[in-house]
Amino acid sequence: MLNATYIVLIPLLPLAAFLLLGLFGRKYFKNSSGIIATILLLAATVLAMYTAYGYFFEYGKVNGIYEKLVPLKYTWLQFSEGVSIDMGVLLDPITCMMLLVITFVSLMVHIYSLAYMKGEKRFATYYSFLGLFTFSMLALVLSSNIFQIYIFWELVGVSSFLLIGFYYDKPSAVAACKKAFIVTRFADLGFLIGILMLSFYAGTLDFNTLVERLTSPGSAELNTALSSSFMGISALTWAMILVFMGAAGKSAMFPLQIWLPDAMEGPTPVSALIHAATMVVAGVFLVARLFPVFALSAPEALQLVAYVGAISALLAAIIACTQTDIKRILAFSTISQIGYMMFALGVSKYGGESGLGYTASMFHLFTHAMFKALLFLGAGSVIHFIHSNEMKDMGGLRKYLPVTHITFLIACLAIAGIPPFAGFFSKEEILSAAYQNNIIIYWIGLFTSGLTAFYMFRLYFGIFWSKAPSLKERAGGEAHAHGEGGFAMLLPLILLGIGAAAAGFIPFGNFVSSDGTPLESPFHLNMTIAPVAFGLIGIFFAMWLYKKQNNKPDKIAASINGLYKAAWNKFYFDELYLFVTKKILFNLVARPAAWIDKNVVDGLVNATGNTTMFISKKIKGMQSGKVQQYAAYFLVAAIAMAVLFIYWWK
Amino acid sequence: MSGSTIIFYMLAALTLVSGLFAVGTRQIFRAAIFLLFSLIGVAGLYFWMQYEFIAAVQIVVYVGGITVLIIFSIFLTQQAGEKMPKQKLTRQIFSALAAFCGFALIILQVFQHTFIGTTNNAEEPNVTNIGNQMLGVNKSGYALPFEVVSMLLLAALIGCIVIAMKPKPQTV
Amino acid sequence: MMQPGLYHILFISTALFFIGVFGFFTRRNLITMLMSVELILNSVNLNFIAFNKYLWADKLDGLFFTIFIIAIAAAEAAVAIAIIINLYRSHHSIDVDNAEEMKY
Repeated sequence: MLNATYIVLIPLLPLAAFLLLGLFGRKYFKNSSGIIATILLLAATVLAMYTAYGYFFEYGKVNGIYEKLVPLKYTWLQFSEGVSIDMGVLLDPITCMMLLVITFVSLMVHIYSLAYMKGEKRFATYYSFLGLFTFSMLALVLSSNIFQIYIFWELVGVSSFLLIGFYYDKPSAVAACKKAFIVTRFADLGFLIGILMLSFYAGTLDFNTLVERLTSPGSAELNTALSSSFMGISALTWAMILVFMGAAGKSAMFPLQIWLPDAMEGPTPVSALIHAATMVVAGVFLVARLFPVFALSAPEALQLVAYVGAISALLAAIIACTQTDIKRILAFSTISQIGYMMFALGVSKYGGESGLGYTASMFHLFTHAMFKALLFLGAGSVIHFIHSNEMKDMGGLRKYLPVTHITFLIACLAIAGIPPFAGFFSKEEILSAAYQNNIIIYWIGLFTSGLTAFYMFRLYFGIFWSKAPSLKERAGGEAHAHGEGGFAMLLPLILLGIGAAAAGFIPFGNFVSSDGTPLESPFHLNMTIAPVAFGLIGIFFAMWLYKKQNNKPDKIAASINGLYKAAWNKFYFDELYLFVTKKILFNLVARPAAWIDKNVVDGLVNATGNTTMFISKKIKGMQSGKVQQYAAYFLVAAIAMAVLFIYWWK
Repeated sequence: MSGSTIIFYMLAALTLVSGLFAVGTRQIFRAAIFLLFSLIGVAGLYFWMQYEFIAAVQIVVYVGGITVLIIFSIFLTQQAGEKMPKQKLTRQIFSALAAFCGFALIILQVFQHTFIGTTNNAEEPNVTNIGNQMLGVNKSGYALPFEVVSMLLLAALIGCIVIAMKPKPQTV
Repeated sequence: MMQPGLYHILFISTALFFIGVFGFFTRRNLITMLMSVELILNSVNLNFIAFNKYLWADKLDGLFFTIFIIAIAAAEAAVAIAIIINLYRSHHSIDVDNAEEMKY
C-alpha cells in the first residue's frame, strides 16, 4: 500500500543508470548503454504509474481531500531544536503528477535517443547524464524538505550544465552551458536567501510544518514574519519574492530568460527533456508547492508572479515571431508557455473554486510537457534529416517525413489551443482563471495565444509546406540515404502525439487543486470562443503568409522595421547583461578585487617570506667558521649574563 | 718592605709582562720563549707560596714538556723565522675591550668579597702528605682520579699518534 | 706595603687569565692560540693554589686539582699539536682564518 520502498526506488533507478554507465559505460557497455538505461527507466516509469494510481485512487484521498503524505523521513543534519535538513518523501497531487510527467517524457527521450544519438562516441556518457538528470528531477519533486529541494535544484542545474555542454568541443556549447549555469546559480542565490528567511521565521525547514506555520491565521510565526518589514514590504513577502527569484531563474522568466535560447546548443532530445518538459517547470513546481504561503500570507508576491509570467509570455511570443532557427523558436515558445503557467498561479486564490488558476497551471504543465516534448522530438527528426537548424534550409518536407508531419501538426494544433486537443482545455482554464481575477492579464494572455498560434504555424508551414529552392536536390539525395529515422525515433513521437491529443480529456480538477478538494472545472462555452477565435486568426494569418513561398513576410517586416529589429535581436537582453557584467561588474568589482588579491594579500604573504629570508641571511653571517669569533661571542655573552645576574637580579 | 714582598712583586711582574709579550709579539719563536718565562714566573710564585712540589711539577711538565712540544711543532710547521701577519685593528680593539671589561668585572667582585676560610691547623704540603692522600682510598683519597688520569694520558697518547699519522700510501 | 695576600694573587691570576683571553681572540696562528690557552690554564692553577694556601690550609684538595689540571693540560696540548699537524698537512698553513670550512 503506502510502501515507501518502491517510491524511493523511482529516483534511485535512474541514479543506478548514472552510476553504472558513468563508471563502466565507456569500457564495457559501449553499445548497450542505451538499452540498459531505457530498461531501468521503464521500470521507474511503471513504479511511478503504480504510485500515482495508488495515490489518486486508493489511499491519497482522506475525507474527500487529497492529503500531503510523508511516507519516509529521516533527519540528516540537525541545526537546532526545530530546524534540521531531513531527507524525505512527500506525496501530494502535484508530486504524483510530476512523477508521471518526468518518467514518461524521460522514457520517450531515452527511446528516441537510441536512434538519434546512435554512432555518438560518448553514447554511454550521454545516457549516464540523462540518468543523473532524471534522478535529480524526480528527487526534487519528491522532496519533503525545502533544503532538500534546494540540493536537488542545484543538482538539476549541474545535470543541465553537463547536458547542454555535451558537445564540449564546440565553443558555442561551452559558452551556453556556462551561461545557463551562471544565470541559474545567480537566481539560486535569491532562492537560498529566501529559504533562510523562511526557515528563520517558521523555525523549520520541513514543507508541511513550514506551510502550516506561515499560513494558519494567528500563528506566532506568521505574526512575526508579517510585522517585521523592510522598505514597506513585510519580511515574509520579501522571502517569497526571493524564492520566486530562484524559480524565475530556473524557469527562464523575464528578466532571467537569457540562458534558455542558448541552451539549445545541446542535443535535441536533451532540449526535449530538460528545456521543454521538466527542468524549466521546476520553478512553476516550486511556486505551486509553496502556493498556500504565497496566496494566504504574501499576496503581493503573488502579484509579482502574475505580472512576471504575463510579461514573459508576451515578450517571448513576440520574439519567436522573428526567429529562424527552429530550436530557438521552440525555446521562446517554452518561455511563453511557462509564462502562462506562472501567471495562472499568479492570479489564483487559495481554496475551492477560486483556486482555479492553480489547477489550470498544473494542467497546462501536464499538457505542455506532452506537446512541447513532441515538438522538440519532431524538430529533432527534421534536423536529423536535413542536418541543419535553420528554417531556410527546410520546406516541403511533408512528403519525406510523414509521421513527423502528422505528429508535429497535432502538437501545433494543441499549442495553438484548438479543440479537441490538449492545449485547448488547459489554456481555456487558464484564461478563465485570469478573466475572473485580473482583466489586464486576461487580455495579455489572449493576445499572446493568438501570437502563439501564428508563430507555431509559421514554423509548421515553413518546415513542411513552402518549398525552399535548393531543397529538391537536398531532400532527393538524402531521402534515399536515411529515411525518416528508425522505429526508435517514431515510437516516442506517436506516443506523445496520442498524449497531446487525448490528455485534455482528463478531469484534472478532480485530482489537483490548491487545497486538495476536488475542483469541478466548469466548461463555459462563452469563455472558449475568444481563445479559439484568436488561435484560428493566427493560423490563417500564418497560412496566408507562409504556406507558399512569397515576399509578403518581408514587406510586413519592413513596415514595422523598428519593432521587428528589436524582436529579432531578442530585445537586446543579452547585450544588456553583457554590458553590465563586462563594464560594471568586471571593471568596478572584479578588477579591484583581483588587484587586492594579487598585491595586498599575496604581497603580505610574500613580504613575510622575504623578511624572513632577509633576517635569516643576516643571522647566517654569525656562523662564519671562525673559531675566535665564536669564542668572542661566548665571552661577551658570559660577561653580559654575569653583569645581569650580579647587578640586576634581586 | 720585606724581602718576600719584593720577590713577590718581581715574580708577578715577570709573569705578567712575559704573558703580555707572549700574546703580543709577532715572531712566533719569541712568543714561545716568552711563554716559557711566564711559566717560570708562575713556578716562582708557587715557590714563594711554599708549595715546592707543585712548583717542581710545573717546571718539569709545563716548562720542560709542553713548551718544548710547542717549539717542536713550530719547527714542524716551518714557521720559525718569518714574522706573523698582524691582526685587523678592529679585532684587536674589540678583544682588548672585551678582555678588559671581563677583568674589571671580576676584579670588582673579588675585591668586594670577604673570603672566609678555615681556622684549623694547616697541613703541610710536603711530599709525604701528598703521596698518602693521592693514593689513599679513604674518603678524601684521590686514587680513582689518579687512575682515570692515567687512562686519559694513554688515550691522548694513542689519539695523537692516530691523528698525526701520515696517511698510508696506496698499494697499487 | 702590606704583606701580599690572597687578593694580590687573585689579581695576578685574573690578569693572567684575561691576557690569555686577549691572546686567544687576537692571534692568527693556531700555535700561538694554544699558547694563550696554556696561560689561561696556568691562571686557574694559580687560583687553586692560592685558595688552598690562604683559605683552606688544612686540606690539600686545591693542590690535587692543580696536579690533575697540569696532567690534563699536557694531554690536551699534545692532542692539539697533533691536530695542528694534521691541519697543516691539508691546508699547508696554520692560519686559523684559513680553516673556516664549517660555515654557512
